[in-house]
Amino acid sequence: MYLIKKKTKLYQNMFSMWVEVPEIAQTVQPGQFVILMTAKKGERIPLTVADYDREEGLVQIVFQAVGKTTEELSCIQEGEYLYSFIGPLGHKTEIGLFGTVVLVGGGTGIACIHPIARGLKEAGNRVIAIIGARNKELIIMEEELKKVSDELIVTTDDGSYGRKGFVTQALKEKLDRDPSIKKIWAIGPPIMMKVTTNLVKSYPVDIIVSLNTIMVDGTGMCGSCRVTIGNETKFVCTDGPEFDGRLVDWDEFMHRNNRYQKEEKESWQHFKDESKCGCKEG
Amino acid sequence: MAKMIDMKERTKREQVPMREQLPSARIHNFEEVPLGYTKEEAIYEAQRCLQCKNPTCMIGCPAEINIPAFIRLVVEEDFEKAYLTILKTDALPAVTGRVCPQEEQCQKECVLNKKGKPIAIGRLERFVADWARENKIKGIEKSDSQKEQKVAVVGSGPAGLTCAADLAKLGYQVTLFEALHKPGGVLVYGIPEFRLPKSIVEYEVAGIEKLGVKVVCNQVIGATKSVESLKKEFDAIFLANGAGAPRFMNIPGENRNDVYSANEFLTRSNLMKAYLFPEYDTPIKIRKKAATIGAGNVAMDAARTALRLGAEQSYIVYRRSRAEVPARAEEVHHAEEEGIVFHFLTLPVKILGDEEGRVTGMECLRMELGEPDESGRRRPVPIPNSNFVLEVDMVIDAIGTMANPIVARSATGVEVNQWGYFKVDKMTRMTTCEGIFAGGDIVRGSATVISAVGDGKFAARAIDEYLLSGKSLRKNS
Repeated sequence: MYLIKKKTKLYQNMFSMWVEVPEIAQTVQPGQFVILMTAKKGERIPLTVADYDREEGLVQIVFQAVGKTTEELSCIQEGEYLYSFIGPLGHKTEIGLFGTVVLVGGGTGIACIHPIARGLKEAGNRVIAIIGARNKELIIMEEELKKVSDELIVTTDDGSYGRKGFVTQALKEKLDRDPSIKKIWAIGPPIMMKVTTNLVKSYPVDIIVSLNTIMVDGTGMCGSCRVTIGNETKFVCTDGPEFDGRLVDWDEFMHRNNRYQKEEKESWQHFKDESKCGCKEG
Repeated sequence: MAKMIDMKERTKREQVPMREQLPSARIHNFEEVPLGYTKEEAIYEAQRCLQCKNPTCMIGCPAEINIPAFIRLVVEEDFEKAYLTILKTDALPAVTGRVCPQEEQCQKECVLNKKGKPIAIGRLERFVADWARENKIKGIEKSDSQKEQKVAVVGSGPAGLTCAADLAKLGYQVTLFEALHKPGGVLVYGIPEFRLPKSIVEYEVAGIEKLGVKVVCNQVIGATKSVESLKKEFDAIFLANGAGAPRFMNIPGENRNDVYSANEFLTRSNLMKAYLFPEYDTPIKIRKKAATIGAGNVAMDAARTALRLGAEQSYIVYRRSRAEVPARAEEVHHAEEEGIVFHFLTLPVKILGDEEGRVTGMECLRMELGEPDESGRRRPVPIPNSNFVLEVDMVIDAIGTMANPIVARSATGVEVNQWGYFKVDKMTRMTTCEGIFAGGDIVRGSATVISAVGDGKFAARAIDEYLLSGKSLRKNS
């Protein structure tokens, strides 16, 4: 059982949790992920690590309650426990000195780019972070990212905060004006990563994406997370989660990620019907 | 009380068959297929045993069970003593009694097998283990002579569980690491409920914990902790992490939505209990016509699971012929009874699909048998232009597994062969790193539960010798 040491509601349905897992906190690196189960009858879901505190032995996850498991997760309170929590899984981000780098984050991906930005900054890169959301309320970790980047650009779809528009528009402007940009990380919803990859295709930059696929064990045993990279089948859990965005078969990846859509809805409905959660305002 | 019967009667009697759930009923549930012997049936069968002076059956038992002794105790109706006799060397009697290929092991060596009616040793073992569980018979207690040395066992499948149990019986401090959230390895994620109920695995694992073995789940050795770091904490290590990585055909269309590895399909159903969705959260997708590629035991498990989950048709697609099928005869028989259709001499070359990523069919080639290959089996050769489309809408790859490199990557000095399996000494199961031993599928490739049990026993003995000689990994590092 794994203790939730601290829980914060970032907004409406997005939460941050610090989980007590000293062994994982010791070795986890930016870019890696964990697999957790809320309860005995739960499913195993992967979440990219948002941050960690080696001294306190804590690992941070940031998630949005958009389905049964994440909703149930959002109902677990500080001082309560998770049934299972394993990691750190997958390869760490390759941190090096590249020059100017851009980190593009959307949704919970904003949390995931934070430790990567910090690592890249520490390695001596000029770090530009671009984060976006639908509106002002949904922008998270702005302060934290400011600290680890040389420049932070915020976009909102409705213009309620920062620049109006999508992260890709802000990225395009940057790319057009700044030829020193060498490498880009894009982490967020699949469609955002796909669009970002398509955008940068005509620029001489590398693009790294972090794929969040459906997994079961997360250790290379089942192949649920397989994707086509170049012409080869790769496992996101053991070969990734970060890949060269240009090589990803985005359609296949997105089809595979949607393959349980019907069941996911059914499961969520079942959960609501049983109304096991009484913490809606918690 | 039952009595021993005379020799003539023993050879005359036929083997007692085991009652089974009817195929028409069992394809709609996940209950066990064979129902087990009653007390009377067990005794009647046990009475057939010749009680050989030099019992050959034991030669065929990697679990080293004193077979004639426990069978005699069954005749004497001392089931408790029979249980303890088995448990002395086999920590997983209800498991091995069910999933061992006895026809290739003990029963093959049974003298009565010459007449084609060996003692049903496996069924008797199962009866004894089930009786003991149902009657809450105490197993073996924690050893009185506790030793100080600590042993780490990586992987809680049959090899790891057996090695841990044997070492604990000798008094060692054993910690068993499991990457998943439940112990049992292939016994919980691979073998379906209808062949091996999970409550039985839980019970036998609990028995091993009572010996003093500390089971730690959710620990991915190679990720959470490296083998290197274990060397600093433990005096010896046994690596039994299994051959977990699924093998695919590498044909076009294999990443379509409705294509599963057998590992994924079975793990969803068995470990995650997707057959109880939505009570359990993990879903599994079943369409109308399922093709399972391969004809080993895992393929039979997958095809039969698909049927139980609601597939209208479940096919086995195999590139060789019936004679080469590697699955146990009993599994093939059960599968056929349930209506699984076998497509022999058929090689899938492409999985067809629609724009949504769904499977719409599987293009195959017809094969014929040519000259024998390295395995001694006749090589299947494609018949030119014999392409045809098998109408299926889901596919399960059950063509075997490969070594998962996670553990090996974190173990410096432990050599692997070209396939990624650990190199070990044939007798001691010691790897190229002194003090680190290995066994089960991560040494053999895909093999059987009982061969893993045998490896666990060999390694436990060798670890005992290693530690008795005063050596220790901890001292070295």
